[in-house]
Amino acid sequence: MTESKKEKWKKINKSIEERPKVQEYKDWEELSPIPISLPIEGNIGETGDWRTFRPIIKEGCTKCGICWMYCPEGVIKRKDDGSFEIDLKYCKGCGICAKECPTNNIEMVRESDVKDG
Amino acid sequence: MVETPKDYIQNEENIIIKGNVAAAYAAKSARVQVISAYPITPQTTVVEKLSEFVDNGLMPGTQYIKVESEHSVLASIIGASQAGTRTFTATSGQGLFYMHEMVHWAAGTRLPIVMAIASRGPAPPWNIWADFTDVLSQRDTGWMTAFASSHQEIYDEILMSYKVCEDSDILLPKFVSYGGFILSHTSKPVIIEDQDKVDSYLPPLPSEEGWPHIWTDPKRPMMFGNLIMPSGFYQEFRLKIHDAHMKAKAKIVEATKEFERVFGRNYGNGLVQEYKINDADVGMIIYGDLALQMEDAVDDVREEGYKVGMVKLRHFRPFPTEDIINISKKVSLLGVVDRATAFGSLTGGPVSCEVKSALHGVEGSAAILPIINGLGGREVTLEQQKEQLRTLVKLNETGEAPEDIIHGTYWDGLLEVK
Repeated sequence: MTESKKEKWKKINKSIEERPKVQEYKDWEELSPIPISLPIEGNIGETGDWRTFRPIIKEGCTKCGICWMYCPEGVIKRKDDGSFEIDLKYCKGCGICAKECPTNNIEMVRESDVKDG
Repeated sequence: MVETPKDYIQNEENIIIKGNVAAAYAAKSARVQVISAYPITPQTTVVEKLSEFVDNGLMPGTQYIKVESEHSVLASIIGASQAGTRTFTATSGQGLFYMHEMVHWAAGTRLPIVMAIASRGPAPPWNIWADFTDVLSQRDTGWMTAFASSHQEIYDEILMSYKVCEDSDILLPKFVSYGGFILSHTSKPVIIEDQDKVDSYLPPLPSEEGWPHIWTDPKRPMMFGNLIMPSGFYQEFRLKIHDAHMKAKAKIVEATKEFERVFGRNYGNGLVQEYKINDADVGMIIYGDLALQMEDAVDDVREEGYKVGMVKLRHFRPFPTEDIINISKKVSLLGVVDRATAFGSLTGGPVSCEVKSALHGVEGSAAILPIINGLGGREVTLEQQKEQLRTLVKLNETGEAPEDIIHGTYWDGLLEVK
């Protein structure tokens, strides 16, 4: 990698907290010609806000991992004990996991009907 | 990498070729690295010729991508350009319309792509002949737009375009448009320049670094043109495209001057090319192949004793507002000839709309007669163009307007079935 490429990376290769916010550009003239970002968690905000139905993994889960494989957003995580957990901060509630679950152990519950939240 | 064969054209050559082949030679002279193509009449022979060059090893190192549609043509070219390569493609009419989404994307990503357009009339009714409505309807996409009026100018303008597009202050894509069949499928002598001379004129091919504003690294995937919330810098990114267009005017003038210095061919200031307009009473603003014939018409009508002149419009975007204002002060009446339509707007033609709005509120500027002719490849003869000039003279001297003024535009050459 050349030196100037390294310089370019230095600017962009930062964690989300370290990165300059768009507001840090003084004005349009200082702005780069195009927006560029790295695909990191939460790049576009907390997409869990978009959700109408919440997927809830039920007791009978066999830990087969099919939901984890199908989730288009990569928000299903495998825990140390092999069971799965859904990151509700980013889950958009598409329902693909519930549809694909071979044992019907993921239930889609309307957000307003969720008892604890 | 293919080894360079012995018959690789190195020195300047004057050959008789079709306009489309001239476009292909320009891409070859510019050493484009990626070509993506899908055939469409009347552009097809551009990419056919290029595939021949690549197949015969005359463009060593050039990737030629065959795709399933025009939309994919531009999508793949965008990818290639983002990766930091000099790219080229060509299309026409419906093909350009099919690309339209990607046309915006290319300009928004500020990629210096050059695309040849063998312009044809939009369907329906189906039409494959000269009509600039296809390229002019891409007005607000952010692409620069140039017209070539001769075979040589197709070759030359494509070279000049790479120079302007790849300038780090500009970074915009560009259309180089010419009339379908009239230029694309007729043959004329064209000088194919010495490769070393072209290499010295053009900026070097992008390095591994890519373009100054964009770079890719497969090991670190990244996102270009990501979503921006209304409170973010969307409006500012748009302003930057407009700003680049405005800056491009000076760069076009510069590139045209340098082109003349290196290759010896003059194209006015690059934005417009004046012809006998300085002492004229009336003048024409005209673009594309019809501009070349209009020069003859001006000569002939001058012999009849009328002081007429013309201006060849070489760029539609960026629009040469300052030049047009300047020219409008030299004459008292300007005809603006469009071989294209702009339905429901100020006048019937896109360029006459631009001229009218450029001259709005300018004191001492010429009156405008918008003219539409030659749509869908209808022949516009030398005689007809001379008559258009005489019409301007008559309108200027006596106030007598031609009969076929419809909704403020002179629709010349309408059929009358007897």
